[in-house]
Amino acid sequence: MSRIESVMRNLRGQGRKALIPYITAGDPGPDQTVSLMHTLVEAGADIIELGVPFSDPMADGPVIQLACERALKHGTSLRNVLDMVKAFRSTDDRTPVVLMGYLNPMEAMGYEAFADAASAAGVDGVLTVDLPPEEAELVVPLFKARGLDAIFLLAPTTTDDRIKAISQHCSGYVYYVSLKGVTGSAAINVDEVARKVRHISTLAGLPVGVGFGIRDAQTAAAVGKVSDGVIVGSVLVDTISKHQADAEGLKRALTGLLRPMREALDGLAS
Amino acid sequence: MKLTEEYLSTFPDARGHFGEYGGRFVSETLMDSLLRLEQEYFRLKQDPEFQATFDKDLADYVGRPSPLYHAERLSAYAGGAQIWLKREDLNHTGSHKVNNTIGQVLLANFLGKKRIIAETGAGQHGVATATVCARLGLECHVFMGAEDVQRQALNVFRMKLLGAQVHAVESGTRTLKDAMNDAMRDWVTNVDDTFYIIGTVAGPHPYPLLVRDFQSVIGREAREQSLRQAGKLPDALVACVGGGSNAIGLFYPFLTDESVALYGVEAGGLGIETGQHAAPLNAGRPGVLHGNRTYLMEDENGQIAATHSVSAGLDYPGVGPEHSWLKDIGRAHYVSVTDEEALDAFRKLTRIEGIMPALETAHGVAYGLKLAASMDKDQMIIINVSGRGDKDIHTIAKIDGIEL
Repeated sequence: MSRIESVMRNLRGQGRKALIPYITAGDPGPDQTVSLMHTLVEAGADIIELGVPFSDPMADGPVIQLACERALKHGTSLRNVLDMVKAFRSTDDRTPVVLMGYLNPMEAMGYEAFADAASAAGVDGVLTVDLPPEEAELVVPLFKARGLDAIFLLAPTTTDDRIKAISQHCSGYVYYVSLKGVTGSAAINVDEVARKVRHISTLAGLPVGVGFGIRDAQTAAAVGKVSDGVIVGSVLVDTISKHQADAEGLKRALTGLLRPMREALDGLAS
Repeated sequence: MKLTEEYLSTFPDARGHFGEYGGRFVSETLMDSLLRLEQEYFRLKQDPEFQATFDKDLADYVGRPSPLYHAERLSAYAGGAQIWLKREDLNHTGSHKVNNTIGQVLLANFLGKKRIIAETGAGQHGVATATVCARLGLECHVFMGAEDVQRQALNVFRMKLLGAQVHAVESGTRTLKDAMNDAMRDWVTNVDDTFYIIGTVAGPHPYPLLVRDFQSVIGREAREQSLRQAGKLPDALVACVGGGSNAIGLFYPFLTDESVALYGVEAGGLGIETGQHAAPLNAGRPGVLHGNRTYLMEDENGQIAATHSVSAGLDYPGVGPEHSWLKDIGRAHYVSVTDEEALDAFRKLTRIEGIMPALETAHGVAYGLKLAASMDKDQMIIINVSGRGDKDIHTIAKIDGIEL
């Protein structure tokens, strides 16, 4: 059983929901990422999604675009990101880490080399935004052979047939993109998301994490009520951008955002 | 290598692959739209009414066929092969781009989409899109890198006059690739009512295929005109390549004519050796960007590299996947010319033939002159004059130190 599967299974056993924060590796600087990952765990994260910076993040809004630019200014490469995961693993062998990014940096490294290095570094799952299952045959079998979960996106536009097909390729959890848009878009329609997530759960046979548009404890709880986990990204990355020069203040601010989400999610457990 | 019609018809394959290139690398939100577009396009491709409307618009609105002109003074100047010019600059809006926007806006109409978006580099595709939107009364948004908004001010104003909203893109390198990123972001946000008119033979399947189909009118005409006016097929074709839509449009109907050599001319910028260029087929390697696998300019970590060209329309780090495939199988040759050579060719064509080409086109002209000089007088080449140069006079004036 993968680390992601076992975390999801334990949470389900306790009637709890996964809190999955996202930060971009190398933002605000490469030397801060590992320590921020630990902060996320202390503040209640069950799984960490670690963004691999890319020069052309087409599915991201301005907040994560700027985070990528900051990380790339420091020269953060995919290899650097794997080193960060390795360093994180030296003191935390419990919290799953999912790399989230775009295909080209992996293609440049070579898929086999990447899969080997990711597995050796202690990465648990990989979510590639611009890799639909139709194009995944060169990549996903390499992940699976090394016990890495391949996580795929589902969108409001995904048809039932595709939900079923995508779930076949996917393991760990599926990531439901709650709205049509880029990361950090406007508020989501919770009722509509709830309807769609219930439907996906019956078709997918996998835990469903919901992301895009979750920025506070209230939305987290509303979405947590109908899903297996909530993914929180842009609001954290925005906070990072505002506290770039103040490492301690940044940790406090991130904790101040995540703790109430954790409590609100745990408040759902009955 | 000898290509047959039968073999060619298997490219792209059902998933949009040209060999290892092409494909559909987009986020899940867009997949449904792309699959529907593909389905609708394959249906309409067989529909005589759609084709008749397309042909009629090209004739009556665009002014096709565009002439094939024997440039005798330019041929004498080059001192070798006879140079013929395919005059896409004479199309309505001043470039080949309109062939494709006519076709795609028809598709948008059949799909019932009322909001049109497009990316543009030099502004020719933006103008061609704004034009067809004005004609059909559709809402039009054009994304353009902030740097290109500056260097192509004339086209920005034309788009605005036509009723389009021009969005200056400030992210990344502020050029064509960033305009395409923002167009994709808009599309993912407004996918229900929006049709994305991509201007080149790149992007996710089926775009490289449908843009090639719409632009192939260039090569079909040129082939027929060549046989009629010169009594033979040309020995070589020359076209500039940014994304590569004018080149594929000219090349495609000649792919099975083994005797016709094909030359795509990339932007060499300050020189390939300086790294300051936009020539992925000459100095890049395969990667994935903007929905397709193709040759790209990137660093060793897979980050897309900044490009440089005096011509905004060629200032792009990728290229259409079919060109990547034609390069690998050896059917087409891809060369480059520098900014300086292109500027020189711009002046030569203007002075010798009274035809002022776009700076993009001038890259093709520069190589065509060199190529012709190396050939015999009884041989024949066709250079695609993909667009006219009015839009570039500010750039030229600035280089000459003249304030307009």
